Amino acid sequence: MTQLALQMTQSSWTALAPTLLLALSALALLLVDSISPEESDSTLLAGVAGLGSLAAAITTMVFLFGGRGLPTEQGGQGIVSLFGDQLVVDQMSLFFTFIVASVVTLVVVASSDYLRDHRYKAEYYTLVLLAATGMSLLASANSLAVAFVSLELASLPSFALVAFLKSNKGSVEAGLKYFLVGALSSAVFAYGISLVYAATGALQFDAVATAIGEGAPTGVLGVGILMIVGGVAYKTASSPFHFWAPEAYEGAPAPISAFLSSASKAAGFVLAFRVFITAFPLDVAGAAIDWVLVFQVLAIVTMFVGNFAAATQEKVKRMLAYSSIGHAGYVLIALAALTGGVDQSQVLGAGMAHLLVYGFMNTGAFLFVALAEYWGVGRTFEDYNGLATQAPLACAAMTVFLFSLAGLPIGGGFFSKFALLMATVNSGTWLLGAALIINSALSLFYYSRVVKAMWIEDPADGLELDGYPVGLYTAVVAAGVVTFLLLPGFDVVIGFAESAASLV
Amino acid sequence: MVMIAALLGITLLGALVTFMANDRYAARLATAISSIPALLSVWMYWQYYQHFQGAGNALLTPGEAAFVQQIPWVELAGFELQYYVGLDGVSMPLLTLTTVLTTLALVSSWTPISERQNQFYGLMLLMEASLIGVFAALDFFLWFVFWEGVLIPMYFLIGVWGGPRRKYAAIKFFVYTNVASLIMFVGFFSLVFGLGDEISTLGLPAIAQALRGGAELGSLFGFPLATVAFVLMFFGFAVKVPVFPVHTWLPDAHVEAPTPVSVMLAGVLLKMGTYALLRFNFTMLSDVAISLAPYIGAIGVLSVIYGAMLALAQRDLKRIVAYSSISSMGYVILGLVAFTPHGVGGATFQMISHGLISGLMFMAVGVIYNETHTRMIGDMSGLADRMPWTVGIFVSAAFGYMGLPLMSGFAAEVLVFLGSFGATETLGTLAPVFTALAMFGIVVVAGYLLWAMQRSVFGPYRLETDYEVAGAPFHDVAPLVVLLLLVITLGVAPDLSYRMIQHAVNPILDVGGGI
Repeated sequence: MTQLALQMTQSSWTALAPTLLLALSALALLLVDSISPEESDSTLLAGVAGLGSLAAAITTMVFLFGGRGLPTEQGGQGIVSLFGDQLVVDQMSLFFTFIVASVVTLVVVASSDYLRDHRYKAEYYTLVLLAATGMSLLASANSLAVAFVSLELASLPSFALVAFLKSNKGSVEAGLKYFLVGALSSAVFAYGISLVYAATGALQFDAVATAIGEGAPTGVLGVGILMIVGGVAYKTASSPFHFWAPEAYEGAPAPISAFLSSASKAAGFVLAFRVFITAFPLDVAGAAIDWVLVFQVLAIVTMFVGNFAAATQEKVKRMLAYSSIGHAGYVLIALAALTGGVDQSQVLGAGMAHLLVYGFMNTGAFLFVALAEYWGVGRTFEDYNGLATQAPLACAAMTVFLFSLAGLPIGGGFFSKFALLMATVNSGTWLLGAALIINSALSLFYYSRVVKAMWIEDPADGLELDGYPVGLYTAVVAAGVVTFLLLPGFDVVIGFAESAASLV
Repeated sequence: MVMIAALLGITLLGALVTFMANDRYAARLATAISSIPALLSVWMYWQYYQHFQGAGNALLTPGEAAFVQQIPWVELAGFELQYYVGLDGVSMPLLTLTTVLTTLALVSSWTPISERQNQFYGLMLLMEASLIGVFAALDFFLWFVFWEGVLIPMYFLIGVWGGPRRKYAAIKFFVYTNVASLIMFVGFFSLVFGLGDEISTLGLPAIAQALRGGAELGSLFGFPLATVAFVLMFFGFAVKVPVFPVHTWLPDAHVEAPTPVSVMLAGVLLKMGTYALLRFNFTMLSDVAISLAPYIGAIGVLSVIYGAMLALAQRDLKRIVAYSSISSMGYVILGLVAFTPHGVGGATFQMISHGLISGLMFMAVGVIYNETHTRMIGDMSGLADRMPWTVGIFVSAAFGYMGLPLMSGFAAEVLVFLGSFGATETLGTLAPVFTALAMFGIVVVAGYLLWAMQRSVFGPYRLETDYEVAGAPFHDVAPLVVLLLLVITLGVAPDLSYRMIQHAVNPILDVGGGI
């Protein structure tokens, strides 16, 4: 709740470079497609998309290490504000753009194999990059209007992507369901914005906070904030707006499931972090509605719903979909533990660090499912029996993802969950901490079912794998290596996360 | 000092290389790789023996610990986590035991392991790296990462290469030990929160010194926090040891695990539990340990007697050795709780000695099984005629288990009994009773081992096979010989380890007393 965001010292287009790189690669893809339409070899398209998103990811890293988005008083190059304070590029924006761009890189590389028999490849990659552009803008949005436009830019391509497998009934159904729930919650979100505007007369986050501080009608404002909570819950796949997630993630092409459950969720959370901390700081908005309490209830419900539902699934992809809801519950702790007097950088930083680690381990797990779909081995736990006899490397990476998701110290997930646990302890929200521990213990049960199937069960008779696709393998193994390296290298992640969290 | 980092690096890198290697040469590659840390640690042991002999306890006098390396790692939620390793007289012998036993276990895998060899040997090396880390780490988080890092390869090693009921045994092992880890973790962190601002790092020395310095911990739900934490951690480690009544995962895991995995399980993994008990419960919370001594002592004695009785009832050679491990670990608990120099020192020496002897026993049973394809006592007799070398070593190992003088088991048990008999300050009038009961355990051990040997290896030859049973190949017998030599060496000259152990445990006992 610092006012540092106001001290914008530098106005420069270059700060938006990562976002622009994503958008330009999307346009470049359309150009490539119009020069050589229906290119049967997708290497060129995937190459352009992959290089564009990789360049965006690397640029954010260079910016972060170079001190961009950090105020000059703290030795940085200053926070950049653009378009009359509508967009702001600070460390948090760069941090989340990094998550989105690196997830997109992995997804795009994996898709080059996954899409081998499909048409409209150029459109696929373009839509992915446009959605990523929207998510990246969402990370920089500094007013409710920009947030809404960015949210739509991120959502509309996603609807099409979920329904990309046109001849597959499940995919089309998932796309429709995703679209209907998405349209509804967009409407709710927009209505919430209008109520907040009615109460405060401002859209820009800081101006909203100032207006609330000067006395705004609490009734209208409270309803507006509650509706914005609904919009955020939808985007992050949290209760009570999570019902679309299992269908959409299961029906969508597996790389798109990876993209939505990692990048889209992160984008939803950065919106929530910014809106609630900058626009509705608890010390002034608390009179209208105690949103920390709302998030506490949502976090606990989401954790239990996601994990208990995941434990009863028979299909791996659906299990991962529910586990993704459970993880949304863990990250909600970052908002739910923001009780008075707690160190915001630690609590919020823990959630951000978990989203980054989650971006790699969850993307990797879904990409492994994509690999299994590529091989056509089936979707249930039993269908994965004995995969390790044929593909030990990919299965080793999958094991790292799953155990890291569960919180065993084999990947960065161990530390990020521990950081969240410490956040609950330091803020005195013991109930959240207990829910986190119980659900993590439970999650080990269903994650280890996959591990057991892959390594310990005997393969079905005549299990033959249809080659070892280079793109999918590269993405899965790279995600596995990064997930593991985030354990010894967690210091960098938590350092940037806490520093970024203190600036909001 | 980068010595420990080198041990970890070589084994981890070796695990990765072996995992990717071709099945045909994975076995030899892994054995060659593992011989490097084995030789390096023997050299380190020798250095320690010459230069650090008198160094104190790594937790209580951390300045004196050997091979220390300390690098900042992560700053998380107000705590500085570090890569902080170092060795003292307790961890140095255990670390050497780990590396040497791993190399020997890898050699003993050549015959029984024929499927997915690269994965098997890769996991064994990964487990070795984690075990090295468990014994060397002096920072809680580093230690915990390695502690969990042992469980994961073990789960696969039992589950993939085990016997007919391997899936059940692997899941049981995994659930038991992970639940135990979680409870221990909660217990330890209640201590950390109790200490509050008195510590800024999670280095074990800082925590141990703060706790022994008389820090006020407050209470939780009306119980003193120290007691709550002690009980939670004790439960977590007791599963690992294991003691009665949380031992039931052990026989299943042992019987289903392939021989080399059993060797590691009995030889080193069980010691993780007693090592952690010594480091955490008995070093950090010694006051609580003393106040609860009669109960813990009773658990130890019960494990001795109950484990021996269960062993007496078995017909499977491997099950006998498995249950007798519970019995042997009971002595360690009794020695620790005595809280006298010989008690705690003897308990630590028993960890080393039992690691060697039980590893030897499992290996010998494995070699016999390789040739006969049965472990049932009733199915065979007179094996001594056909495989004189293997049987000779098996019989020697059994005598070591019974505590024959000039073998390491004798030295360990004598020290434990001396210590527990004199433990009047902690166990009071119970000290002689517990000691007498535990000594009775030895009679039972002798009973079932002599009975098993008489039935299976002596007498007229009888074994129904459709092939000719011959002696075991050289590479099966060689690790047995090495282990037997080590057992005898430590039995003849216990001071090779006992002096450094004694120097390391003495600082713990400042609050205790007795002989």
